[in-house]
Amino acid sequence: MIVETQFTLVPSLTLDVGETLKDVTVAYQTYGSLNSDRTNAILIEHAFTGDAHAAGIDHEGKPGWWANMIGPGKAFDTDRYFVICSNVLGGCRGTTGPSSINPATGQPYGLRFPGITISDMVRLQKALIDFLGIPKLLAVAGGSMGGMQVLEWAVAYPEAVEACLPIATTARHSAQQIAFNETGRQAIMADPDFHAGDYYDKTPPARGLSVARMVGHITYMSDESMREKFGRRLRDKQNFGYDFEVDFEVESYLRYRGSQFVGRFDANSYLYITKAMDYFDLSAGFPSLAASLERARSRFLVISFTSDWLYPSYQSQEMVNALRGRNHDVTYCELSSNYGHDAFLVDVGEQTEIVRGFLARCVREFRPLEVLR
Amino acid sequence: MKVTEVLGRTDYRLISELIPNGAKVLDLGCGDGALLEWLKTHKQVEARGVELKRELVQRAIARGVTVYQGNLEESLKDYPDNAFDYVILSQTLQETLQPLLVLKEMLRIGKHAIVAFPNFGHWRVRLSHLFSGRAPKTHLFPFDWYDSPNVHFLTVIDFEELIRKQGWHVERRYFAAGHWAGSMAPNLFAEIAVYLFRPAP
Repeated sequence: MIVETQFTLVPSLTLDVGETLKDVTVAYQTYGSLNSDRTNAILIEHAFTGDAHAAGIDHEGKPGWWANMIGPGKAFDTDRYFVICSNVLGGCRGTTGPSSINPATGQPYGLRFPGITISDMVRLQKALIDFLGIPKLLAVAGGSMGGMQVLEWAVAYPEAVEACLPIATTARHSAQQIAFNETGRQAIMADPDFHAGDYYDKTPPARGLSVARMVGHITYMSDESMREKFGRRLRDKQNFGYDFEVDFEVESYLRYRGSQFVGRFDANSYLYITKAMDYFDLSAGFPSLAASLERARSRFLVISFTSDWLYPSYQSQEMVNALRGRNHDVTYCELSSNYGHDAFLVDVGEQTEIVRGFLARCVREFRPLEVLR
Repeated sequence: MKVTEVLGRTDYRLISELIPNGAKVLDLGCGDGALLEWLKTHKQVEARGVELKRELVQRAIARGVTVYQGNLEESLKDYPDNAFDYVILSQTLQETLQPLLVLKEMLRIGKHAIVAFPNFGHWRVRLSHLFSGRAPKTHLFPFDWYDSPNVHFLTVIDFEELIRKQGWHVERRYFAAGHWAGSMAPNLFAEIAVYLFRPAP
């Protein structure tokens, strides 16, 4: 199916930082159809560099980033569910972000864009869901940063979500996660082409952004998957070059991924969104993580992966134990995979089975909004 | 249809008879969630499970059961007091490292505990030991000593004594062996013992 990105305009959005953004554009796609009692809507949350194109094929023939999970007969079965995915606030794939034109000045925001948080992203999504006329979502699902938004939905709009599926994620960014993000940010800001974020009419800071992406890619894989995929194989040569050009396959892969990324992602968005992740701590302002989850009313399916060292299972277990401590309906499984953090995107066989079963139950046990009130 | 026809496990049938409609139930070592699914469908219970084995957890989730993948003994401390009406431990007590701690935790997080265990005092076990002079092997205890999951062996008398010492209140006892269910000399004839009990008043 060919899918179209749609757009809606939110007149004003108040941010955690205290500022208000005017005329915020939200880019989104939908798949399947909303049923008559509007109880089959699932909101999919994309990860850091994802976008609204989660499923189907776009005009360029490119499949969605979770096309193996969303579609007819897939885990998020579009024959049964109405699936929505929107680009996050601060992004560069259609939703308002630092590369958008500031209506007040007629110039791109650049670093004048206000600081954003995961809860700002979710507040904007709620406006989209209201615009689509959906009183209560059947589910909110996503991996990595998508999972953080899922958790935020659970506490920000507890009665508007029947089920939450936070996958390969955390309730708060750890020092290691912040450290990797900071390395990426420093690579971008050290690029002479960065010009304090005002590069939109010049050469973009491609080298810095590319290095940031290379670091990111390493964290998405695992030692084992890299060994399997590249080993020590050389790239198009029999002997080392001793010249700092590409020797190894893995170098070639990272350079290719880095340069490819530059074409589709904005360096300022990289800075803003990584900061939003680093700021994320569901327990902030509460005596404990469990206390912060007290408000949640959803059923939870939490999934982690054995080889994911960027969002290790202990972080999922921490949130699961907090949820159990408040007697929430929480299902947890650590799936076995060699693919590292990328597993939720690429190793989806077992994930499909458990998501399908979990969603079927949530349909059977759906509690309409008035029951909860 | 009786649970046993679905599941073929004597203790499942007994357990299903003990649990009233609409109860909140936690099944420790819930396997693939078959018992919980049955209880949800037929007794409308609010069902939760704990299971360590990944493949079983996946099957339980796929059939729509709320299950937590984790170590049974480590998982108990996270649940708040009186979170459940019934906490079930079926055929697993003999595999726990600290059985008394597990039982106490069950009575903290649940109003009632249901424990089913294989009776090590059954006459076949005794004969096996007496005549072979080796660690007993029967169809209930089919393992060699070196690869058995069982680390604590107990009999009906042992369990009765523990209950008395702890001052717990036994609400129901069931003894079964194959198709036999009765109360005559259970320490000799029961293969499976099922206890429903609650804390001291």
